[in-house]
Amino acid sequence: MMNTINEMWTSHRTQISFTIMTAILLFVGFNQSWVLALGIFNLSVISSIMALGVNIQWGYAGLFNVGIMGFAALGGLSVVLISQQPVTDAIEAGGFNMLIALMLGVITVVVGVVLHNKKFNKWVVFASIFLGFFAMRYFFADASSAIEKVNPAGTGYLGGLGLPVLLSWVVGGFAAAGVAWGVGKITLGLRSDYLAIATLGISEIIIYVIKNEDWLSRGVKNVTGLPRPVPYELELQKTPWFQDWAHYFDVGLGEFSTLFVKLCYAGIFVSILIGLIIMANLALDSPWGRKVRAIRDNEVSAAAMGKNITRQHLQIFVIGSAIVGLAGAMLVTYNGLLNPTSYQPLRFTFLIWVMVIVGGSGNNLGSVIGAFIIWFLWIQAGPMGLWIAEVISNFAGEQSSIALFIEDRVHHLRLVFMGAIMLMVMRFTPGGILPEKNKEL
Amino acid sequence: MVSESVDILNAFALLTNFIIVPAIAYGSQLALGALAVTLIYSIFRLSNFAQGDSMAFGTVMVILILALFQSDWANANFGAILPPYEFLSFVPTALYALPFAIGFTAIYLLVMDRLVYQHYRRIKAKAINMCMASMGVMFVTGGLVRIINGPERMTFDDGARFLFSVRDFKEFTGLTQGIAIKTSQFLTVTVAILLVAFLFYFLNKTKTGKSMRAYSDNEDLALLSGIDPAKVARTTWLIVAAFTAIAGTLYGLDKGFLPFQYHQLLLPIFASVIVGGIGSPMGAIVGAFVVSFSELLLTYAYKKFLIFLLPGYVPDSLVQLIGVEYKYAISFVILVVVLLIRPTGIFKGKVV
Repeated sequence: MMNTINEMWTSHRTQISFTIMTAILLFVGFNQSWVLALGIFNLSVISSIMALGVNIQWGYAGLFNVGIMGFAALGGLSVVLISQQPVTDAIEAGGFNMLIALMLGVITVVVGVVLHNKKFNKWVVFASIFLGFFAMRYFFADASSAIEKVNPAGTGYLGGLGLPVLLSWVVGGFAAAGVAWGVGKITLGLRSDYLAIATLGISEIIIYVIKNEDWLSRGVKNVTGLPRPVPYELELQKTPWFQDWAHYFDVGLGEFSTLFVKLCYAGIFVSILIGLIIMANLALDSPWGRKVRAIRDNEVSAAAMGKNITRQHLQIFVIGSAIVGLAGAMLVTYNGLLNPTSYQPLRFTFLIWVMVIVGGSGNNLGSVIGAFIIWFLWIQAGPMGLWIAEVISNFAGEQSSIALFIEDRVHHLRLVFMGAIMLMVMRFTPGGILPEKNKEL
Repeated sequence: MVSESVDILNAFALLTNFIIVPAIAYGSQLALGALAVTLIYSIFRLSNFAQGDSMAFGTVMVILILALFQSDWANANFGAILPPYEFLSFVPTALYALPFAIGFTAIYLLVMDRLVYQHYRRIKAKAINMCMASMGVMFVTGGLVRIINGPERMTFDDGARFLFSVRDFKEFTGLTQGIAIKTSQFLTVTVAILLVAFLFYFLNKTKTGKSMRAYSDNEDLALLSGIDPAKVARTTWLIVAAFTAIAGTLYGLDKGFLPFQYHQLLLPIFASVIVGGIGSPMGAIVGAFVVSFSELLLTYAYKKFLIFLLPGYVPDSLVQLIGVEYKYAISFVILVVVLLIRPTGIFKGKVV
C-alpha cells in the first residue's frame, strides 16, 4: 500500500500536488467564503510570478538575490509614476526645477564616467562629481519643497503620467531590469556572494527613497486610489445586466460584485502566469536553456567551451528581476495603493525564497506550487497562532501573564516556523516538492 | 583677534562632539561585528547573513539576564548586584550580565552550526548554498529575538550616563561649545581595543590560533598536518559568539535596542568587511572606521560649524550633504565604489 502511494507520488508529483492545492482552496471557498478563497488565490498567483522570477535567477543560474523586496517596490512605484493622473499645480510649482535637478544628476554621472574613461586625474573626476552634486542639490531642494507644499494632505507629489495601468506593469518590469543591470554589472564576475550583499543594499535604498522622497511617491502618506484594469464594484452594481446575473446566481449584489472584480483580476494574473511559464519552459528546453544549465552545473568546463559566463549571468539576473518588478506592479495595482511601510524583507524577500526552495528550485511549476502552499500557510498561520494562544489562555486563565505574553508574541512564531521549513527542505529534500526534471544534459 | 581663535576652537569642539566621538564609538561597534563576519568567512567560506540578528540575540540575552539580576527572587537570594569597587560604579549593570550572555550566544551559535552549517561543510556544498542557509538562520534568529523580547525599542542603559558632560567641558575650558563623552562610548572603545588586542594575540601567538590561520589558508594541508577541523570550528564559533554578543550589547547601550535596526546593521558590516578586504582582520577594523566616519561626515549638518568658522556668514540651509535617513545608502555607495575600483579591498582579501 505504502509502496503504491510512493510510486504514484513520484510519477505524478505535479498532478497530485496541484489537485490537492485546488481541493484545499475549494474547501476554503465552500466552508469559509469565496471572497477569501479568491483573495488567497490571487495573491498566490502574484507570489508565483515573483517566485518564478527568483527561480529563474536561482534555479537556472545559482544567483542569490536578497533584494526581491526592492525590485517589487520599483514595480509598485512605476504604477504610481505611469498611471496616476498628474498633479498640475505641483508640476507648475516645482516641475521645471526638478527636471533641471534630475538632468544635472544625469549629466554629472555621464561626465564623471567619461572623464574616468578618458583617464583624467582622479581628483578632476572627483571634483566634477562634487560640483555636479552641489548644483543638483541646489535645484532639487527648492523643487522638492515647492512640490511638497502643494496641498500636502491631498497630493503633495508630482503624480504620474496618466497612462493606462497595464502599460505601467511593463514599465515596472523594465525599471527593475534597469536597476538589476546596474547591480549585476558591478558585482557579477566577482565572488558569488557579492551579488547577494549588493542586492540587499540596493533593495533597502529603494525602499528608503520611496519612503522619504515625498515629491515622488508621497512617502509614508501612501498613494491610494490607483487606477484599475478592471471595473469598479459600485459601477457594476448599477448596471442592469450585472443585477440580472447576481439574481440568476442568487448571490447578494455587494458580494457578487467583489467576487466578479476578483475573478477579473484572477483572469488577468493567471493568463500572465501561464504565458510566463510557457515561455520559461520553452527557454529551458532550448539550446539557450542547455547552455544556462551547463554553466550552472560546471562553470569551468562551460568557460572552456567558450561561453561568456558573466554575460550569461547578467542576462539571467536582469530577466528574473524584470519578472519580479512586473509582479510588484501587479500587486500594487491589485491592492489599489502604494504603501512603502508594507515592504518588509520578511514578506517580500524571505517568503518568496521559502516558496522557491519548498516548491523546487529549477522547476518553474515548482515555484507555482511552492507559492500556493506557502502563501496559504502564511495566511492560515495567523488564525492558527491565535488558536494556540486561546488554548493556552484556557489552561492558564484569561488574564494570566503567560497568556498575555503568548498572545502578544505568537505571531512572530511564523518567522521561526517559515525559516525552519526552508532550512529543513534545503537539508533533507534539496529538490523540493517538484524537483527539477532534466538534471542530466 | 582673540575671539576668532576661540571661534575656531569652538568649531572644532563642535565637530569632535558630533562627528569624531560618535564615529569612533560607532566604528568600534561595527569593527567588532565585522571581525566576527570576517572570521566566519575565513574559516568556513561563509558570508554570514545572520550576523546582525545574532547580535540582536546576544543583546536580548543580556536583557534577559539583567531582568533576572533585578528580579525579586535574585535580590532575596543573592542581594543586589553591586560593583566590587567604588570607582567602577559608573559601569552599567549590562556589563556584568555580558559573560553569561556570551555563553548563551555561544551555545546558540554552536547548535545552529550543528543543525545547519555542518551538513553543508560535509557535502562540500557551494559557498552560495551556505550563504542561503545563513539567510534562513537570520530569519529564525530574528523570529526568536522578537518572541523573547518583542519588536519594540527599549533601553537597558544604567550607571552614569556621561563620563564627562558638556557642562563639565565648558566649565573646564571656557568654550561655548562642549564635548561630551558618554559612558557607553568610552566603554565601547576600551572594550573594543582589549578584544582586538586579544584576537591578534590569539591568532598570532597561541597554538589554536595558529592552527585556525593554517586551516583558513589551506584546508587540505592543515588537515594533513593533523589539525582537528571540529576543534577549529568550535573555537571559531566561540570567538564569534563573544564578538557578536559584545558588539550587540555595546551598540544597544549606545543607541538603544531595536531588533530591526540590528537587522539593518548587516549592510554597514558587510561594507566594512569588503572595504577592508574580506578575510583580513586588520581590514575589517579599518573598513569599519571608513564606513562610520563617512556616514557621520556626510550626514552632519554643517550650518553651526560654518557660522563659527566664517564669522558674519549665516548659511540659509542646514548645509547637510545627505539626509540622515540615507545613512545606510552611504555604506552601499562605499561598497559599490570599492567593488568597482579595488574588489580585493584595502588589505587584499580573498576574492575567489
